[in-house]
Amino acid sequence: MRLQIDPERCQGHGRCYDLVPALFGDDDEGFGKVLGDGTVSADNERDARLAVANCPERAIDLLQES
Amino acid sequence: MTYDERFPRGVPEVDGEDEPGAVRSEIVVGPVSDWATDFSHLEPEWAADPYPIQDDLRQRCPIAHTDRFGGGWLPLRYSDVAAIAYDTDRFSSRAIIMGNVRPPLDLAPVGGSPPISSDPPFHHDARKLLLPAFTKTAISRQEPSTRAFCHSLIDAFEARAGQTGQGSQGGQDGYIADAAAEYAQHIPMRVIADMLGFPPEDGPQFAEFVASVLEGVNLPPDERISRVNALFDYLMTQVHDHLDHPRDDLTTYLINAELYGRKLEASHVVGTMALLLIAGIDTTWSAIGASLWHLAKTPADRQRLVANPELLPTAMEEFLRAFAPVTMARLVKDDMEWNGVDMKAEDWILLSFPAANRDPAHFDRADQVVIDREINRHAAFGLGIHRCVGSHLARMELRVALEVWLERIPEFRLADPDHEAESVVWSTGQIRGPRSLPLFIGDLKVANS
Repeated sequence: MRLQIDPERCQGHGRCYDLVPALFGDDDEGFGKVLGDGTVSADNERDARLAVANCPERAIDLLQES
Repeated sequence: MTYDERFPRGVPEVDGEDEPGAVRSEIVVGPVSDWATDFSHLEPEWAADPYPIQDDLRQRCPIAHTDRFGGGWLPLRYSDVAAIAYDTDRFSSRAIIMGNVRPPLDLAPVGGSPPISSDPPFHHDARKLLLPAFTKTAISRQEPSTRAFCHSLIDAFEARAGQTGQGSQGGQDGYIADAAAEYAQHIPMRVIADMLGFPPEDGPQFAEFVASVLEGVNLPPDERISRVNALFDYLMTQVHDHLDHPRDDLTTYLINAELYGRKLEASHVVGTMALLLIAGIDTTWSAIGASLWHLAKTPADRQRLVANPELLPTAMEEFLRAFAPVTMARLVKDDMEWNGVDMKAEDWILLSFPAANRDPAHFDRADQVVIDREINRHAAFGLGIHRCVGSHLARMELRVALEVWLERIPEFRLADPDHEAESVVWSTGQIRGPRSLPLFIGDLKVANS
């Protein structure tokens, strides 16, 4: 699975990088960014879903890789 | 003395004059007849406890109306609040405090206090100027001094209790301190004064400015204008001081900042300073106070957080959801039918993030405070392009204030739980939090044993 932030929706609330700093960081204006290539291992899946579920703008997608 | 023609010296604001093009409406005060058709967020019943009113309206309206303030609407559902926050085409931020004066139409898209009062496309550029100073990383630099300051506030009332001797209440030894007036209030005041580069001893004046702007909405217009002018006179004095003595702070940054290849208009500089000062104080003061109020009344949550401090970040989000301090306003741009109601151009929208945060269609157990709520997609800092620019600062201040309090004062309760309505005073208007919160601080176990 792969994480993706929609930059059109993200407003920089920072819930993702507050909750799961292992998967998310911020840019120099505070908008969220996915660290690395966004690949989510099985170990990280619960944390990834937590971030998705807490984004006030629904800006984070967890995509199933085909 | 450094001269900057944008900021002439010795020219005080003229009192008693509206801006040309502003429209006043009749001031209506007094008991509300029906909250669905005559709501007012400035009446004492709303200040004391707005949630039962909001819950009732959400079920039977769900968009309430009032003829007060020249006409306005109050949506109660999360979905409606979100839709309006996202719809900057049809709802303007030209004014964000619902009151009896609508500022001139040509104030858009900048507004009086950019970027909160700005509409697209100007909003984006004005906001971009502020964002780097308010990232989580930039704000983390304020954390050590904030923590030390919180300790110093507790040192002060502990020392006072030591001098006057501890009292006893119901067989318990301890003393009384006001968590709103002696603690919560001072924390955001000191931090934002530091960031703007204002003298820390001016704090008491900031409290007056905050009350004038946010709670003075139903004052006679001339008095309201003169109070707001006192704020702008103060800010102009600070600008002149910073022109003479530039330093590494937000005021000097704004004076030198450029947009579209030129320095900002004076009204933009001073309007943004006013925004940062006012919005930075009342809001966080309210969030800290409301959180401590809940913990004073809920021993199980208090004991759990004292025993498990690692739960605080999660609990804090729940306090922000359940006691969201900030309600915004919008103005309807054109006549339209919107979700079943006939909105007229220039109608107010009272955009209640607190009401959205208690919508049972959006939150499980919406009316309960669940301090380990894992999924908490609340809207305390707004939604869409106007997301609170200071949210990372507010969260840092709230977390540090609660961490230090619970570490130093694990045992506390309301000082007068039998007369809470008289002893705990909540603010009126769009920012809600306790302004007086007397707490009994002491060894609560003694009486329980």
